[in-house]
Amino acid sequence: MENHHHITPLKTYLGVAVGLFILTVVTVAVSFLDFGPFNLVVALLIAAIKGSLVALFFMHLLYDNKLFGAIFSISIAFVAIFIILTMFDTMGRDMVVEGKSKPINEKAVIYSKQDSSAAADTTQSNH
Amino acid sequence: MEHTGDHPKFLAHHFSEASQQQESAKLGMWIFLVTEVLLFSGLFVFYAIFRAWHPDMFINAHVHLNVYLGTLNTFVLITSSLTVALAIRGLQLKKNKQAIWLLIMTLIFAAIFLVVKYFEYSHKFHLGQLPGKFYSFDGIVGTNPHVFFSVYFLLTGLHGVHVIAGMIVIGYVLLRTIKGHFSAEYYTPVENAGLYWHLVDLVWIFLFPLLYLIG
Repeated sequence: MENHHHITPLKTYLGVAVGLFILTVVTVAVSFLDFGPFNLVVALLIAAIKGSLVALFFMHLLYDNKLFGAIFSISIAFVAIFIILTMFDTMGRDMVVEGKSKPINEKAVIYSKQDSSAAADTTQSNH
Repeated sequence: MEHTGDHPKFLAHHFSEASQQQESAKLGMWIFLVTEVLLFSGLFVFYAIFRAWHPDMFINAHVHLNVYLGTLNTFVLITSSLTVALAIRGLQLKKNKQAIWLLIMTLIFAAIFLVVKYFEYSHKFHLGQLPGKFYSFDGIVGTNPHVFFSVYFLLTGLHGVHVIAGMIVIGYVLLRTIKGHFSAEYYTPVENAGLYWHLVDLVWIFLFPLLYLIG
């Protein structure tokens, strides 16, 4: 029987692994810097690059039937749809009723600690 | 239908050739992985909503997670992903012995991940940094810090269950590899087990920055 499986070169696998290690170090290092609202964007961008490396090379999506990649991409798209549509509701209630952009049930606040000491500020500023 | 006997043992009757069988099996695996992504998506939505409502509490609470242990576990999982990928490569190249050792290494790395996770969990149990009504810690400024630990334990807990399931699946294909069930022509179960393990790695790649590296 002919063997038409794609065999990834060892160099590619090791290169991808080194890339993932480096990006892990980068994402931890970058987390100590402050980009304001872009902190989340930067962290997710690096995670997306790492995830793509795993999916394309380790999971063979780059070489396999393109249908697999298409199916998997749809699932990722749906995660985005779920999050974005839910956020339209929970963050957009102000547009309908003012001051409602928060949990509906006010009793849902079970624990609340006010920022009273300066010590709490110094621990936060590390991150 | 008459058993003609001119096809390999691993090829089922209803497939015309081995490559068709392999493609079908992998298609099924990918559809299963889609359901896994959707399973996790519910918890990611949970995370997104509460982080949007209480951004400061999330920043104050995540400081109590150990970034070093989280980073260590990221390295451990990436390495285990590499070893399982190399194990499949070993089978493709007829190096079954190498494949067996690489699968064993994958299991060891998975176990290391769980041990590190155990230390993280027991530390939080000790301090009372727990979900819902079990929350008894008093060091986090902000509203509803117990919600952060609900998100943390649900996401990492569900992921941990997947690590255990992945270990069982890899253990199964390891046994079959030792028994000599696989060859360069037929190794689809190992490949599908590998796909599952890579998904476990993939989920952690997103969990790690979202939980440990906020702010």
